[in-house]
Amino acid sequence: MSAREVDVLVVGAGPAGLVAAARLAALGAGRVEVLDGDQGAGGAPRYGAHRGYGTWPRVVTGPAYARRLVAVAQRAGAVVRTGVTALDWAGPLALETAGPLGVETVSARAVVLATGARERPRAARLVPGTRPAGVYTTGELQRAVHQFGQHIGTRAVIVGAGGTAPAGEATGPEDATCAQTATGAEDAVAAAYAEHAAVTTVRASGASVVALVTGLSRARTGRAPVADLRPWRGVPLLTGATVTELLGQGRLSGVRVRHRDGGTAVLPCDTVVFTGAFVPDHTLARRGGLTLATGVRCPAVDAALRTSRPGVFATGALVRPTASAPAAARAGARAAHAVLAHLRDTC
Amino acid sequence: MTAPGPREGSVTAGPGEGSVTVAGPLPVRPYDVTVVGAGVVGAALARELARHPRLRVALVEAQDDVGQGTSKANTAILHTGFDAVPGSLEARLVREGHRLLSAYAAESGIPVEPVGALLVAWDEDQLAALPGLADKARRNAHDGVRPLDAAELYAREPHLGPGALGALHVPGESVICPWTTPLAYATQAVRHGVDLHLGCRVESVTGGTGGGHQVLGTTRGPLHTRWLVNAAGLHADTLDRMRGHEDFTVTPRRGQLLVFDTFARDLVRHILLPVPTALGKGVLVAPTVHGNVLLGPTAEDLDDRTATGTTAEGLAGLREKGRRVLPALLEEEVTAVYAGLRAATEHDDYRITAHPGQAYVTVGGIRSTGLTASLAIAAHVRDLLADSGLALGPARDLEPVHMPRLGRTTPRPCRVPERVAADPEYGVVVCPCEQVSRGEIRDALATTVPPRSLDGLRRRTRARAGRCQGDTCGAAVRELFEQARR
Repeated sequence: MSAREVDVLVVGAGPAGLVAAARLAALGAGRVEVLDGDQGAGGAPRYGAHRGYGTWPRVVTGPAYARRLVAVAQRAGAVVRTGVTALDWAGPLALETAGPLGVETVSARAVVLATGARERPRAARLVPGTRPAGVYTTGELQRAVHQFGQHIGTRAVIVGAGGTAPAGEATGPEDATCAQTATGAEDAVAAAYAEHAAVTTVRASGASVVALVTGLSRARTGRAPVADLRPWRGVPLLTGATVTELLGQGRLSGVRVRHRDGGTAVLPCDTVVFTGAFVPDHTLARRGGLTLATGVRCPAVDAALRTSRPGVFATGALVRPTASAPAAARAGARAAHAVLAHLRDTC
Repeated sequence: MTAPGPREGSVTAGPGEGSVTVAGPLPVRPYDVTVVGAGVVGAALARELARHPRLRVALVEAQDDVGQGTSKANTAILHTGFDAVPGSLEARLVREGHRLLSAYAAESGIPVEPVGALLVAWDEDQLAALPGLADKARRNAHDGVRPLDAAELYAREPHLGPGALGALHVPGESVICPWTTPLAYATQAVRHGVDLHLGCRVESVTGGTGGGHQVLGTTRGPLHTRWLVNAAGLHADTLDRMRGHEDFTVTPRRGQLLVFDTFARDLVRHILLPVPTALGKGVLVAPTVHGNVLLGPTAEDLDDRTATGTTAEGLAGLREKGRRVLPALLEEEVTAVYAGLRAATEHDDYRITAHPGQAYVTVGGIRSTGLTASLAIAAHVRDLLADSGLALGPARDLEPVHMPRLGRTTPRPCRVPERVAADPEYGVVVCPCEQVSRGEIRDALATTVPPRSLDGLRRRTRARAGRCQGDTCGAAVRELFEQARR
């Protein structure tokens, strides 16, 4: 196994990681390297085809936003390595990585975890029923449609905010935030963005939306500050309802929904998309034994985004799972300054 | 190549290899023995018969993969048989099967972890029942069992919930991969000449009298055979009735299970069993060879043999029981909810019966111990066939198979520098949660018994089996799967 040293190792080439790396490289942090297991850099925005990234009036599509972030980081001198997965820790400030060029140990003076967040899948939401094909999260759906052009089905039910009720009791607050206190409004916006992305992606794939099932008493589609509300036209909204069972052997044949008033119904469909309910992708943080916050267990960080281990920082959606791409990017910039301070102190 | 032209969906067979088919008509030439049902028992029997090169053997299966029924959704335990009914056929075959499968697993790369079991007593009645269970274990020739007081118990299982009074330690109880096992059997059988016909549901059986062939009417047309073995699991009684026997009735017993994320694995060191009651063996908490933790099963007697869905009540009940045994477990994410149907019958023991006049053997009533007992059942049935008049011919040793080692104790190829250096595809991690590389997916798609679905690919590689359940990798894995089929 080969071993290398860099000054700063950033794990995750999404908005937070790329902006942190760009700032660090520009401000003279030395050798700054960003790793991402994905085959391309940019993180979640790579798969968001709708316009709505960046800041007005420079609003662009997700892929264009992602390309811009990568270009800025590279111009600043950061090395962006894609298709390289950080597998585990090899020391307090060293990671074991794998890529087609081999297995490596990369040591650094500072490590920035920017591994992002994902949506809780069906199993974690304890939705009963069979285990058919045709069950997605928004994230998987976007990759399937926008990255690979896969056929996903013909009739999709989208499960929006509060649209699932765990068996027994909740394992944790849905859409919960961690160390960084977000407002309920941010949760709502993140959930609405995910619903919006699911609707547009289903429609882009050529499938129709059977219904959006939401536990809320009224839909908040208008709350998503997205440029284009046209995709919502003709989407039947089922408010005050939860998905209680998946049906079908082999392929999904329908979902059973229960309304707050006690009535149940089966919505025939061959695809279901579970949206929202963001949790941090905290695998490396947990494997490293970093202190975790309560709730959905983001790594605990202080105001300077320092984790419980000196030299290890966490930023972006990893510490605030509902953060939007611009919010994650801002957090990445904040992390860069904290890392610089750390590098100065440990010289 | 002497094999006939490739049939639709068939995998080209090497010399001496059987073929694997999923569609199209079946071979016209009669088989010597046809085994119906490619679960763990049927696959084990096909492998056993493959040791006899003069026999022409078919393994037919209604589903599109081996181990797709009861075999895929169980508690994945390699039992010692300590709690079997002493003197029963099941007790003997489980004991022998444990020994045989332990050796076979080591040879074939099937993951096994000999973690041992603890029968935990939560009240005075259960505590009082432990000496009787220890005595039963001794009568089953299991001498290692030992009582533990509460202090010893909590020293072994520090995360156990409060209130346990003591336990019985059963060394030797192990966990095993329930998917690799039937796959290894089927792979080895096919490589030694057995034909595997998938997507082939048996709907009728005729003939077989006066020395003629039996004709199976299947969804893929007729199949001729001299001898017939019924290993149809949940449908064994239906097939038995086609041959005129009313020996037993299968009542599907549903077991719902929750699989917890690998971060839960450090919470538990043994298989934690409740003290059995008249209502069954109860709900257990067990580590898996893949590094997860299982909680289950429920035990619900049903009429519907396809009711493999989970229910809100079932899952809630399991979580309530799990909370008492291992409170911290409930804080972890669930990575799968599933239900399996066990082939329970009205009898206490296996129903393995030879009908020599019909050239027919029934292997029925194989319950949750079937995985453990599979190799011993296979040897037992082979002897029954021979005693009934089947000429087995000479026997040979089988070339070992080497299955991908999916257990948590073996590093994945992406973590082995030599493997990545030799083949960069092992360094391309597609499924980060389970650290599955593109090279492993490529290998699985090109094996002797390849997957026909993404779920089949998951059982062979672990791709999409982790905490994100495909959020990250699902689309990429599907792309690789569909590319291979194009």
